[in-house]
Amino acid sequence: MSLDEIKIGGMGASRRRVEDNRFIRGKGNYVDDIVLPGMLHMEILRSPLAHARIKSIDTSKAWAIPGVRLVMTGEMMASRNLAWMPTLSYDTQAVLATDKVRFQGQEVACVIADDPYIAKDACEAIVVDYEPLPVIVNPIQAMAPGAPLIRDDKENQHDNVVFDWEVGDKDGTEKAFAQADVVSKLELHYPRSHPSPLETCGSIADFDRATSKLTVYMTTQAPHIIRAAVAMVAELPEHMIRIVSPDLGGGFGNKVPVYPGYVASILASILLERPVKWIEDKTGNLISTGFGRDVYLRGEMALRKDGKILGVRMHTDSDHGAFFSDAQPSKFKIGLMHSAFACYDIPAAHLTARGMYTNKAPGGVAYRCSFRVTEAMFFQERMVQAAADDLGMDQAEFRRLNFVRDEDFPHRTAFGFLTDSGQYAKCLDVGLEAIGYKDFLKQKEEAKKRGRLLGIGISTMTEPLGAGNSREYDILGIKMFDSAELRVHMSGKAILRTGAKSQGQGHETTWAQIVAHELGIPADDITVEEGDTDTAPFGMGTYASRSTPVAGAAVAMVSRKIRAKARKLAAHLLEVSEEDVEWELGRFYVRSSPDRGVTIQDCANAAYSNMPDGLEPGLENTAYYDPPNLTWPFACYIATVEVDPETGVWDVLNVVAVDDCGVRINPMIVEGQIMGGLTEAYAMASMQFITFDAEGNCVGSNYMDYLLPTAWETPGFELHEVVTPCPHHPIGAKGIGECATVGGPAAFVNAVMDALKGTGVRNIDMPLLPDRVYEAFTTRRDISGMPPVKTED
Amino acid sequence: MTSLNEEVFPDQASNVPVRKVTIRINGENRSANVEPRLLLAHLIRQGFNLTGTHTGCDTSNCGACTVLFDGQPIKSCTMLAVQADGHDVMTVEGLATASELHPIQEGFKDEHGLQCGFCTPGMMITAKALLDENPDPTEDEIRWALSGNLCRCTGYQNIVKSVMWAARKINNQAAN
Repeated sequence: MSLDEIKIGGMGASRRRVEDNRFIRGKGNYVDDIVLPGMLHMEILRSPLAHARIKSIDTSKAWAIPGVRLVMTGEMMASRNLAWMPTLSYDTQAVLATDKVRFQGQEVACVIADDPYIAKDACEAIVVDYEPLPVIVNPIQAMAPGAPLIRDDKENQHDNVVFDWEVGDKDGTEKAFAQADVVSKLELHYPRSHPSPLETCGSIADFDRATSKLTVYMTTQAPHIIRAAVAMVAELPEHMIRIVSPDLGGGFGNKVPVYPGYVASILASILLERPVKWIEDKTGNLISTGFGRDVYLRGEMALRKDGKILGVRMHTDSDHGAFFSDAQPSKFKIGLMHSAFACYDIPAAHLTARGMYTNKAPGGVAYRCSFRVTEAMFFQERMVQAAADDLGMDQAEFRRLNFVRDEDFPHRTAFGFLTDSGQYAKCLDVGLEAIGYKDFLKQKEEAKKRGRLLGIGISTMTEPLGAGNSREYDILGIKMFDSAELRVHMSGKAILRTGAKSQGQGHETTWAQIVAHELGIPADDITVEEGDTDTAPFGMGTYASRSTPVAGAAVAMVSRKIRAKARKLAAHLLEVSEEDVEWELGRFYVRSSPDRGVTIQDCANAAYSNMPDGLEPGLENTAYYDPPNLTWPFACYIATVEVDPETGVWDVLNVVAVDDCGVRINPMIVEGQIMGGLTEAYAMASMQFITFDAEGNCVGSNYMDYLLPTAWETPGFELHEVVTPCPHHPIGAKGIGECATVGGPAAFVNAVMDALKGTGVRNIDMPLLPDRVYEAFTTRRDISGMPPVKTED
Repeated sequence: MTSLNEEVFPDQASNVPVRKVTIRINGENRSANVEPRLLLAHLIRQGFNLTGTHTGCDTSNCGACTVLFDGQPIKSCTMLAVQADGHDVMTVEGLATASELHPIQEGFKDEHGLQCGFCTPGMMITAKALLDENPDPTEDEIRWALSGNLCRCTGYQNIVKSVMWAARKINNQAAN
């Protein structure tokens, strides 16, 4: 008799989360909760200026403060060849500034002291003499003739261009535009945002002189990549480095890069032979660590009168800050921006992209996003709405007409990606039905007669989640596969470890459900561990929604290896040949006599106490999984809003989300991911952005200036699902973590633009702050986040 | 931390003046010698080793450091430890008894009201203050009460449900 999979916490069970047991008791173990004997505390002195030459640094007053153990400057780092470090994008980044500072908040010096208050006092006692230089705060200024050279440290760098890249079919696209009845154009800015997990970054470096082993407890989403980077930067052998990523208070891509604070704490621990803790403050986190977005678009779409899209042309200018430290696969200069328009059947497309250095913080991280797909999908869905409006077509029907159809898979996109599955029109239908599309359009017309502005916005998209495959995706040359190791104990209980690293996604709960699905071992009998490079198998970590597509697949595959061995043990116990053994969840039985069987627990016991001759003892294995393709979830987000013409304030009336992420392991957790993602989408559409004044001062350096939505502003969400299993993933799952953040913003913006339809306003750049909406409505003009073309001087 | 806790950190070498404070924390009197500038959140975390109270923003915006101060929710990152001398403080560690979770804790787990867990202690403490005052709040009342606590993972909808779950359980217990 087969087990009830839901009862044992297998696939499809909304199993309550295992990790919650410690979090709800206040017993989480975040890096700042860790205290080591003899631990010292590090604080960073940051540059107040965005661009300035360092004339001198006087640390004498800091050294004189009782309790100060070490003061480090760039000069001292340089003497150990550690003043600069490589970034994840083959650029270099200053650890502590030597020649000049290149953005406000850049690390200039560090103090290590007996307690953090003393370290802070000592930082304030350091005197730095700066000679201010002209500041560049946007790509237009960066490209202007005679612009000051930001990266004068690089030998062959003569301008502020980071890269100039192109992808797609230029000639084919030109032909498509020549044949177009209508060309729809749109210029947009996706403003800079910060992922801002509540927990900032931090580390505790603990170098043991006696064993020469370095242990670093740190906030990282990718401990194995960090180990490789530390080995490179600190020139320590890999087996003498242990990276431990404890509980993370959110990540959202912010905790992927290597930051100067980590490196400085490591050097300090080596020099002092004491554990050194560094916990960044919130301002440090907001002004110096990996941001997201900050891309300008010029988009054009070639259209036939009947609504068919013939071609797409995009040019992007992206602002990368002072160092190119984007976290993305090596070969893609602007990440996966060219995943734009993947859900539409478009004959030709061409993208040019230019990246620029500016005097702003570095690190275009994938903020809840697979390497710039958030910008790609936002640009796509804003362009789609503008095109529908230009043609005078219904925005839903325009999408439906251009969707890749269910029978057309696998489908090669105009930019070269291969999509493999989906039911796009069905998702749209479910969404339109749920929001009451036709009724709303009537309601909107009625309301308009009474001077009320209602709007409906749609965003539909498929995005590439789950890098690799290893042929195309690597970071610093390390291929993007992932791993799982499963050890089944004598009693049939088990421990699972993976190369991923949860930061709230609930891996401890869901990974056990995959094992339960594959082996019939109850999920409660399986412990899951991640984040310690001394124990976990090598993996690339958790970001870009890659855990379930890659590490999750490895969990299924290692379970199948275990089952294959258990089958041999079962045959031995049942005294039949392996071919005569059948499997049902949790149990092997004799084909001709189904009552004769042994459980997976019986097999586990036999692996340690009663193995057949010639069979290796034990029941443990490891799987490394290199996915054949990305997974392609599809989403349809629809928002309805009402705009107040008197104030520009807009209220969200309803939000409907239809997500097709294939087979859902734990529906409760999937829905949690979607609701969280929708909130960040709403945040970026409505209030959340980081901006800079002309001097390069970061406006948004704390939570009083950087607005994040609270429970009060955040709307409620109605969720629906469509299931199209991923054809190549072992359990049919696709990524989901970022979908709503990626696809959501356009739904809100399209809704507000729909409410303003007929006023002549074509675009308001995010965030749609009430003053922007009010100004657009009253002046009947677009509101652009674009910088003025002329540079200020 | 300079001279945080009598037992753990006897007076250190620095010549900073310290003051002895005694706080009733989670029902137990604890004393420490503290610098007058020491924040209450830091005394709770490093001095008393109650690390469930988190510091998320340094500016009283995020609410991860929320504790009950004489029954009222306050942000312990913006109160000095010396101001808490002689007062009653409850942290997340005080919610459960040895054998039983508080209904708010059960609600957060059952309604998936947390993901990374960093904001959760502050959220639950604020929810307790709300339910102590208003045992049967509406959704709007819950959202308003929690608007001083930021969450970056959940989107709040499940947090609201968690508080409603707890309210139902508390009210059912009271009715029986």
